[in-house]
Amino acid sequence: MKHLLLGNEAIAQGAIDAGLSGVYAYPGTPSTEITEYIQKSKLTKELNIHTTWSVNEKTAMEAALGMSYTGKRAMVVMKHVGLNVASDVFMNMSISGINGGLVVVVADDPSMHSSQNEQDSRFYGKFAMVPILEPSNQQEAYDIMHYAFDYSEELQLPVLLRIVTRLSHSRSGIDFKSRRLQNEMQLPSDTSRFALIPMNAKKQFEKLIHKKTILVEHSETSSFNELTLSEDKEIGIIACGIAYNYVMENISEDTSFYSILKISQYPLPKEKIKKLYKHCDKILVVEEGYPIVEELLHNYFDTNDKIKGKLTGDIPLTGELNPNIVGNSLGIFQNAAKSIPDIVSSRPPRLCEGCGHTDLFNTINELIPEIGNKNVFGDIGCYALGSLPPLNTINTLIDMGASITMAKGAADAGLENAIAVIGDSTFTHSGMTGLLDAVYENSPITVIISDNSAIAMTGAQESSAVGRLHKICLGIGVHPDHLKTMIPLKKNHQENVELLRTELKYKGLSVIISERPCVRLSRDRKEDIKSKIASLS
Amino acid sequence: MKTNIILSGVGGQGILTIAAVLDAAALSENLFIKQSEVHGMSQRGGAVQSHVRISDKEVYSDLIPEGKADLILSVEPMELLRYIPFLNKNGWLVTDSNPFINTTNYPEKQDLYEQIKKYPYHVIIDATDIAKKIGNSKVANMVLLGAASNIIPLSEDSLLNAIRSLFKHKSDKIVNLNLEAFFEGKKIAKEFTDLTVNK
Ligand SMILES: Cc1ncc(C[n+]2csc(CCOP(=O)(O)OP(=O)(O)O)c2C)c(N)n1
Ligand code: SF4
Repeated sequence: MKHLLLGNEAIAQGAIDAGLSGVYAYPGTPSTEITEYIQKSKLTKELNIHTTWSVNEKTAMEAALGMSYTGKRAMVVMKHVGLNVASDVFMNMSISGINGGLVVVVADDPSMHSSQNEQDSRFYGKFAMVPILEPSNQQEAYDIMHYAFDYSEELQLPVLLRIVTRLSHSRSGIDFKSRRLQNEMQLPSDTSRFALIPMNAKKQFEKLIHKKTILVEHSETSSFNELTLSEDKEIGIIACGIAYNYVMENISEDTSFYSILKISQYPLPKEKIKKLYKHCDKILVVEEGYPIVEELLHNYFDTNDKIKGKLTGDIPLTGELNPNIVGNSLGIFQNAAKSIPDIVSSRPPRLCEGCGHTDLFNTINELIPEIGNKNVFGDIGCYALGSLPPLNTINTLIDMGASITMAKGAADAGLENAIAVIGDSTFTHSGMTGLLDAVYENSPITVIISDNSAIAMTGAQESSAVGRLHKICLGIGVHPDHLKTMIPLKKNHQENVELLRTELKYKGLSVIISERPCVRLSRDRKEDIKSKIASLS
Repeated sequence: MKTNIILSGVGGQGILTIAAVLDAAALSENLFIKQSEVHGMSQRGGAVQSHVRISDKEVYSDLIPEGKADLILSVEPMELLRYIPFLNKNGWLVTDSNPFINTTNYPEKQDLYEQIKKYPYHVIIDATDIAKKIGNSKVANMVLLGAASNIIPLSEDSLLNAIRSLFKHKSDKIVNLNLEAFFEGKKIAKEFTDLTVNK
């Protein structure tokens, strides 16, 4: 019988079956379940696969590269914005190349279901000049993992696997292949390519440039890029990754009117595209994310009327694709849908009943009449919901760690009473370095670390900050007189308001750690955390 | 045969248990299945839905096209109405009557029922109350699944087996509670659906 798996789980199982030795990741929707599946898999213990969460995406990718350096197969997993954080190592490891197979899995979130933007990771793949694989469905996602690792080793390049929310979070029946053994340790025959001093880097960059031709040749013959030409010449479709499914949903009953090029491997197969272009009167490009393929095609063939897609307004430029959008762009009649009855009101997400973040926001809100209502710099996590009514505490949310540094910049400009609110995991992910900036200049800001002992937003994973925040802050150089703790409970409200008021009056850097576990942690987890904290102090 | 089902509710209400039963039952009948779900931000008390597609042929899109859902099964009445654009003209609406109110502008529940009753094929039942009477309000979702089971083209055996295997690691008592909930839902809905269809 088939195994029923989420797209993310299919990728995870595919990686295990392809001989994985370690997965490195920081959680982020829609990528999280890939790592969690491997953490829970029975095979993981047996095969001694590394699965512990990393502190952020950059540390994760570097560790994966380190494992690859030893000749073993490693995977690094993140959401799209995580690749911004890891982009330094990503851009440079395409120059050095890898040793053991290294697959970088990045999950994009078109429509921003749980994200700040809908950036398209294929741009990064192109930027770094590495092969990109983009499976169209869950079975292909499983199958492609074997290929991805083999291909990475063959080319000595990292391979980018680009997926999107809908593939990640949809289940389907999957057939498994037999499992390949893990690689033995085998250090690189020549390590100089990993030492990117200019003389080595120049050589490596030349090599990378030359690989481009080979990559395109592979794309031409890849079974993941299938070209079907039909007699009817009216419409040719280029369907990338999951977009292929939306196309097939509309035309699978009778495909004879359409020529189709399915793309699941980049760089683009130029010859196949030319063939399709010559064969058809009109070309529709259907891709999830930015119009990256369409833009290239306009450039290949000059802008003309023949190529249609997002740039020509045939498909919306923003948001996720769906079968109706794609059907419309193909000129296939779509039933006029009924509209949502007016009576239905929106139901945005909100903080859980009994969440400590809420009590913290109530404390801050009490002081807003004194300090002004635009002084609170926020960050990413459950507490970001404090930017919504009825709380309305937080004014900004940009990227992980930006609360502290934006507060500092605003204070540099003369803003008084600047407050940064940051979660424990976001603090260790990207807040610590910014805090050192603030320490260095003794910036007049108050940093509140809302410590719930979990990476709550993404499903309450274990936070590496647990039990370490005090020592980290002291180690970075926060003055002990201005490193305070509070317990955000209703009964402590007045006391907490006084504490915050006092620290705001201090014209230097203060850090307040607001400690209360996330209510979604089980009793067992809370006990574990308690004993961990005890063992660390 | 292709059946499109939308499951809806509020993050935390457990619609994924219903999805898991449908998935397992469909798989045991060797059918093709795609079932998309919501993870992330919306799970914090926001609107969530799952698209379940079952077919004897390959299913392409993970999302159901608008106007193509045969059934919307909801654990909450307002969340049912949110997915009306997906309903096909002979589609069924099955919902728990109990509102989950976590917003300030939640409509009057009678007005919600009025809206739902505008569609010919609907079942509104107090699944939570039935579940409580059986012994645990948590099995309301199985009451609803039972209520919709006549409309779902999967055999009762596969559904029951799926329920058994889903809960067997917990305890026999929990398995039986869920089975009882299923049967109770089925019984009540039968009277209801017969009535509605005959109208
Ligand atoms: C670069 C980057 N990586 C990952 C994420 C996904 N993400 C958003 S919030 C969050 C967890 C934040 O945890 P914490 O700061 O402890 O706050 P909590 O949710 O526990 O309140 C993560 C991992 C992201 N938005 N950006
Ligand atoms: S999951 Fe935890 S941190 Fe997030 S809102 Fe709920 S209680 Fe608060």
